[in-house]
Amino acid sequence: MKTRIKNGRVINPKTSFDEIADVVIAEGKIIAVGSAPDGFNADQTIDASGQYVFPGIIDLSARLREPGFDYKATIASETQAAASAGITTLCCPPDTAPVIDSPAVVEMINHLAEQSGKARVVIIGALSKQLEGSQISEMSALKAAGVVGVGNGLRQIKNTLVMRRALEYASSHNLTVFLFAEDPWLRGNGSAHEGAISTRMGLEGVPEIAEVIAVARDLALIEQTGVRAHFCQLSTAKAKAKIARAQSEGLSVTVDVSAHQLHLTDMDIGDFDPMYHVRPPLRSIRDRDALRQGIKENSVGVICSDHQPHDEDAKDGPFSVTEPGISSIDTLLPLTMRLVADGVLTLQEALASLTYKPAEILGLDLGTIEPGATADIVVYDPNAFWTLTPETMNSAGKNSPFLGWEFDGKVMKTFLEGRLVYSRD
Amino acid sequence: MSYRHNLQLTADKKLRHFLTIQGLPRAVLCEILDTAETFSHVGQQAVKKVPILRGKTIVNLFFETSTRTRTTFELAAKRLSADVLNLNIAASATSKGESLLDTLRNLEAMQSDMFVVRHAQSGAAHFIAKHAPKHISVINAGDGQHAHPTQAMLDMFTIRRHFSDFYPLKVAIVGDVLHSRVARSEIHALTTLGVNEVRVIGPKTLIPTGIDSLGVHVFHNMEEGLQDVDVVIILRLQKERMTGAFLPSEQEYFHSYGLTSEKLNYAKPTAIVMHPGPINRGVEIDSSVADGSQSVILEQVTNGIAVRMAVMSMAMGQYTAAGGAV
Repeated sequence: MKTRIKNGRVINPKTSFDEIADVVIAEGKIIAVGSAPDGFNADQTIDASGQYVFPGIIDLSARLREPGFDYKATIASETQAAASAGITTLCCPPDTAPVIDSPAVVEMINHLAEQSGKARVVIIGALSKQLEGSQISEMSALKAAGVVGVGNGLRQIKNTLVMRRALEYASSHNLTVFLFAEDPWLRGNGSAHEGAISTRMGLEGVPEIAEVIAVARDLALIEQTGVRAHFCQLSTAKAKAKIARAQSEGLSVTVDVSAHQLHLTDMDIGDFDPMYHVRPPLRSIRDRDALRQGIKENSVGVICSDHQPHDEDAKDGPFSVTEPGISSIDTLLPLTMRLVADGVLTLQEALASLTYKPAEILGLDLGTIEPGATADIVVYDPNAFWTLTPETMNSAGKNSPFLGWEFDGKVMKTFLEGRLVYSRD
Repeated sequence: MSYRHNLQLTADKKLRHFLTIQGLPRAVLCEILDTAETFSHVGQQAVKKVPILRGKTIVNLFFETSTRTRTTFELAAKRLSADVLNLNIAASATSKGESLLDTLRNLEAMQSDMFVVRHAQSGAAHFIAKHAPKHISVINAGDGQHAHPTQAMLDMFTIRRHFSDFYPLKVAIVGDVLHSRVARSEIHALTTLGVNEVRVIGPKTLIPTGIDSLGVHVFHNMEEGLQDVDVVIILRLQKERMTGAFLPSEQEYFHSYGLTSEKLNYAKPTAIVMHPGPINRGVEIDSSVADGSQSVILEQVTNGIAVRMAVMSMAMGQYTAAGGAV
């Protein structure tokens, strides 16, 4: 299939490119940006006049709920939702059921993803067996099965010696470790950011030091073991500052933040609305602003969805007994584009955090529009007004605090390896 | 969908549910106190009943056991001539898989008019108020560590009976503020009614982060905190706090924060001593103080009935202090 996307505003952060140009695709690859080679005959031509053309989005954290929780969502439902939201690569954390600690589970997920064919699914394997934190996982076998890294999901390896050995072992196999930093003792049963709001509401708090202490421990171990590491869903200003200092001293660590942490704070919880129950909890305005600044300074490189679709029952109950998490595959791009509209980020900065930067962390040759690159491409109409409702959400999970929000841009077409996987009409 | 309003008030600012003191205007709190005043004589009559809620059904929905609070709610409802149904739903019943929402739907089928709810989770009363059918009023009888608004109002009622005005008063709340829904509701009530100063006294392990944002002064030394106060509110200390590394021992707590007559001497000579009950004698308060002349602890219990009658009748829309329905 040969495709020409013509007259679009091509925005490619990796090469700082931003011009009206044609993108020419053949056999899953981009063969030219600008004019097509002589003798090129497109099978289809897409007129992208007035629209943006940028690389497919790479989401570093999306729970697809399969295997194990297919009453919440499935790989088929969520890859389809991803395609409609301009996301071409989804990175799946290991906390499925069964846990992704064996090649068999990796193969099963790969198989389901291939059947769907709507988005590329890449996998983070378990860092410890069953994510229990006592025995390290068979990382060599997982790597051979194709995982892009290892991590322990939302569960902590409490024993520092086991953690050290897990990182040493991951480093031996040249695997990137994806860390979610949260001291389990300090978190306790907390469900909201510890501060004036949690005190007022009588909700057990998750203090900022729960993240700061876990980050401090892990940074020391990363430095000691020399492992390549990435911190997932950072939520506090103080932890960000610690990591930024380590980065400036030359430590190779990267960071992502979820899009909702860049917009919401603990003040939004209101009358115990469980849609705002998320882990790590929504923090203070100061934290939100520091994370936004982190994107600009590049200490926080990536914005991810931290997609966690839920069934209705999961959110039915008093705040702290509901399951944490936001269904956010539909809102990753809209919320990031809103940061551009609000003057927080430039268009280049915003799209960089969704495309080539996450690709680099995964070690994948994706996230760019250049001749020879994989043709994962989004065509986006910056002037298509819409409202997020359960009906306009494509994820199977409708648990979003952003229901009712209005957005002014929409994905029109999504290409995965040159194949049209979504078209709005 | 993201539109927010005060769940507790009707469009014309009348009480619809009573979930928390936070966000209620001063006028509503005063109306509760004034209404309670008119009900306080009912208990002294030969026939201790008024027909205000005749034909109404009130369900006491207790997910957490409580004898005292449930009894006073029941008594208040009966004195208003309502029919009362007591449901003690032990934790095991809901852990069988029936969700709170399922329980609610079953109760709706019983055609009741009001739920009085106690639950171990903060926000449970809000959750029930949001999901209950329109005609049902919800009264919060204590939710987790969040709020216990009727307890706070009966304390305000007791304070008002001893002092003519709230404005000049200095009030100290002593003890486990971190886990106390009573303390949170009292702080909101006292600041809304405009007292001169609210203090909280306790060790850092029992004082929650950011409590000063509620407009209180924090003291860790009891003698300093009690200096010149008019009202001393002692909070109950749960025995479990000894195991969670909050405190080393009951003896040590009593030594530092137990109210003795020596410590009470730092307060004004006219000061009153309050406690939401039940009392741990020799832990948070010395018997000589609990039974002493400055103690108003038993008055609080009596006042609890009138205040709960006031809240119930107001939430049912059957009574206004101005209109008078008695």
